[in-house]
Amino acid sequence: MDFTLKIWRQENASSKGSFKTYPLKDVSPEMSFLEMLDYLNNQLISKGEEPVTFEHDCREGICGTCGLYINGRPHGPARNTTTCELHMREFKDGATIVVEPWRASAFPVIKDLAVDRSSFERIMQAGGFVNVNVGTAPDANAIPIGKLIADKVFDAATCIGCGACVAACKNSSAMLFAAAKIAQYAMIPQGQVEAKERVDKMVKQMDAEGFGFCSNTYGCEFDCPKGISVDFIALMNREFFSSKVCKHKE
Amino acid sequence: MKKPIINLSSLSQKYFMALAGMFLMLFLVSHLITNLLLLAGDGGTAFRNAVNFLTENPVIKITEYVLFAAFLVHIILGVLLQIHNYYARPVKYRTPLKTETSAFSRYMFHTGVIIFIFLVIHLVNFFFIRLGIIPVPEYAADRHDFYPIAVVLFQNPWYSLLYIVSFVFLGFHLKHAFQSAFQSLGLNHTKYTPAIKVIGTIYAIVISVGFSVIPLYFLFFHTG
Repeated sequence: MDFTLKIWRQENASSKGSFKTYPLKDVSPEMSFLEMLDYLNNQLISKGEEPVTFEHDCREGICGTCGLYINGRPHGPARNTTTCELHMREFKDGATIVVEPWRASAFPVIKDLAVDRSSFERIMQAGGFVNVNVGTAPDANAIPIGKLIADKVFDAATCIGCGACVAACKNSSAMLFAAAKIAQYAMIPQGQVEAKERVDKMVKQMDAEGFGFCSNTYGCEFDCPKGISVDFIALMNREFFSSKVCKHKE
Repeated sequence: MKKPIINLSSLSQKYFMALAGMFLMLFLVSHLITNLLLLAGDGGTAFRNAVNFLTENPVIKITEYVLFAAFLVHIILGVLLQIHNYYARPVKYRTPLKTETSAFSRYMFHTGVIIFIFLVIHLVNFFFIRLGIIPVPEYAADRHDFYPIAVVLFQNPWYSLLYIVSFVFLGFHLKHAFQSAFQSLGLNHTKYTPAIKVIGTIYAIVISVGFSVIPLYFLFFHTG
């Protein structure tokens, strides 16, 4: 397959950046999108040019490191698919593919297609954890949790923190990310100790990072590679309300 | 932009937006019921009685202040939301976002602006007369006599067109608003949310069509 790639090149966070066009020939339809970029980079390196910077790690769709805005869609045209698991067979032979980094003030560009997502880390540090005693692993069945709840919690916990929700949102809102992270603790007994503080602190941090506000357009759900439901945003809203109304005095 | 414009968290603003919106949606129902009395064909007696009841009832008078507050909160938060979200993506995408979302949800601010413009015209035409800011036209008996004012306005095709267009956009706004308000308040349920979405669509159509038939009646069927 042959493609014309229009890739966003930006030297660093403060430089302006622009598109550069690269024709790429003999791409295998079996290649993943990242392998295709590797293939391009090998050619650029052998020509003595600067390779395209992009983030990647596990390349099996579970780490959340990769994430490119491809032809107007975060993670490209396939649904429930991360960029690393997107294959070139999804594109038409001879097509022009436009690749941009995530764009949000809370995700500043580091270089080319790599963005700084440490804002997500700071939201997690604000409250995305449970306090447990150190020592031997607790008995797995000490706290019985129903299958349906366990499954729902797992649905929320599948969030890989890639940032596609922010990238897909017209408002650059991180509500789906924050909601998934809050929901995975809110629905089980282990998360109850810090529940009220958690939602308050995580929402505060999310606002402080400069993410946009949610207007329920549900683009996040549409482009989430893990198919996380906006139902969790409603759950977060409920949690937030109860944290305000039934505040614990310490 | 790191600091929000007003010191309220994103979720608190969402709650106030939804609560104000829900109150406005209830107000629209009562306003529609009153306005439909214009179609009674009794020379405005039923409509006049309803207006007199509403302007004299103390409970309604108090509710009127809540209504102003709801309008203010909804408009101010809507404008702030738009400004905040603009700064949340200072560098825009060069390729337009192709993520599938409903057009009603994407253009809430735009439909809101159209409704606001209509609201201002509407206040000038009726409410300002009632307040005495604008003199009572000679065809109306006093500043509470809205029936002849409505008839004259609706018999003007340009005003009627503006009125209908505004209510079509209000319908678009409400189509998203109804279920969005429930979602914002956290009232989401596997079983009931699909029903809420259907009811929201019906509500939007009823409000939009309900208000629009009134100018159509006065343009084409009203005699005398």
